[in-house]
Amino acid sequence: MPGERLVIMGANGSGKTTLLRMLSTATMPSRGTLRLFGLDPAREPEAVRQRLALLTHLPSLYDDLSGTENLQILARLLGKSLNVEPWLTKVGLDQRPEPVRSYSAGMRKRLSFARTLIQDPQLVLIDEPYGQLDPEGFSLVDRMVDELSARGTTVILASHLVERAAKLCDHGLLLHQGLPRWSGPATQAHQAWTTLHRSLT
Amino acid sequence: MRYFLALLHKDLLVGWRGRVRLVGLGTYALTLLLLFSFAVGPDTMALRDHASAYLWLAIMSSSTLLLAQSFQQEVEAGAIEGLILLPVPPPALYYAKALANLLLLLFLAVVMLPVSMVLFDLDISGSLLTLLLVIILGSAGIVAPGTLYAAMTARLSSQQVVLPLLLFPLVVPPILAAVKATDLVLEGDAMGQLPAWIGLLVAFDAIYWSLSGLLFGKVLDE
Repeated sequence: MPGERLVIMGANGSGKTTLLRMLSTATMPSRGTLRLFGLDPAREPEAVRQRLALLTHLPSLYDDLSGTENLQILARLLGKSLNVEPWLTKVGLDQRPEPVRSYSAGMRKRLSFARTLIQDPQLVLIDEPYGQLDPEGFSLVDRMVDELSARGTTVILASHLVERAAKLCDHGLLLHQGLPRWSGPATQAHQAWTTLHRSLT
Repeated sequence: MRYFLALLHKDLLVGWRGRVRLVGLGTYALTLLLLFSFAVGPDTMALRDHASAYLWLAIMSSSTLLLAQSFQQEVEAGAIEGLILLPVPPPALYYAKALANLLLLLFLAVVMLPVSMVLFDLDISGSLLTLLLVIILGSAGIVAPGTLYAAMTARLSSQQVVLPLLLFPLVVPPILAAVKATDLVLEGDAMGQLPAWIGLLVAFDAIYWSLSGLLFGKVLDE
């Protein structure tokens, strides 16, 4: 539903990233069917891609260009205004001329969120949102997810930090060896995660 | 068209910001020309006879490095995946990247040309504009399949080895035509053969540019 948030949990190799990549149409399922927004991504990938954004540990940025130039490239491609300052301000960055290669991990993450805000998608998929970030970066991710949700964007995130991510989300899904082992309210996600962990060790 | 222009702007901007790499490529190409001229020695006639072949060898060698670099940033930071998921039509991605590569290679070739004139003691018998046309057509014959193969090999750690192995056999026909046409412009075209060689270059370019544009989507899917 618009504005709702789902956290996908699971150990390494459980299929979290693969699931997100399939939902983003970056990878197509080898078996079974996948429908997004009532569409078949294999048949209509462009129609599906217009409605979603994927954020991974790779920030999809050009290191030799400044943050402003990176956002302007996106704005130009989407036919939107080249005045990207409001988006930079929204994520706590300014129009600095330095190339992105000089940015910290947190600043890159901010810029990635600014990209997503410009795209204005219906669905945002975030793989390991807290990866490489300090506590201030954690708060930024929480704020950005809140912002996206308030705009009516559905957010699906995959994270190892179950407790933190569950507090941010409405629903949880636990994967094990590529299969769903539990789904339910996010308030019970940590309990489900701990129970699975205990049953395996 | 909006996608193509936006991507071309992006590719040229990234190329300009990474101009240190272009300076490195230029130095590499000029060193090759210098070594070729030294290898032949002070024999003016021999230098002139081999000039066009040496010029195209330098262009071809530097092109593989340029092409490999053109996808380096796209892959390193996941930018190419970001573009595909926007979604940007693959042909727009290909033609913008190929045209940007062509412009950067022509920039290198234009730097190499006057140096070749000095090193190989050349006088242009034909028109300079015709020579530039031959260089544009010959470079386009390298860049069209080169951009496709650079995308195919972008994720390989051995890209610098694999790319020339794939590309060189494919670009032999346009390079041969370009060497012959350049020779005719430099040495004179008494038999009126130049239009036929230029026609051959145009034919190769038309085939390579259209086929590569069509195949680029498949390469991205893989």
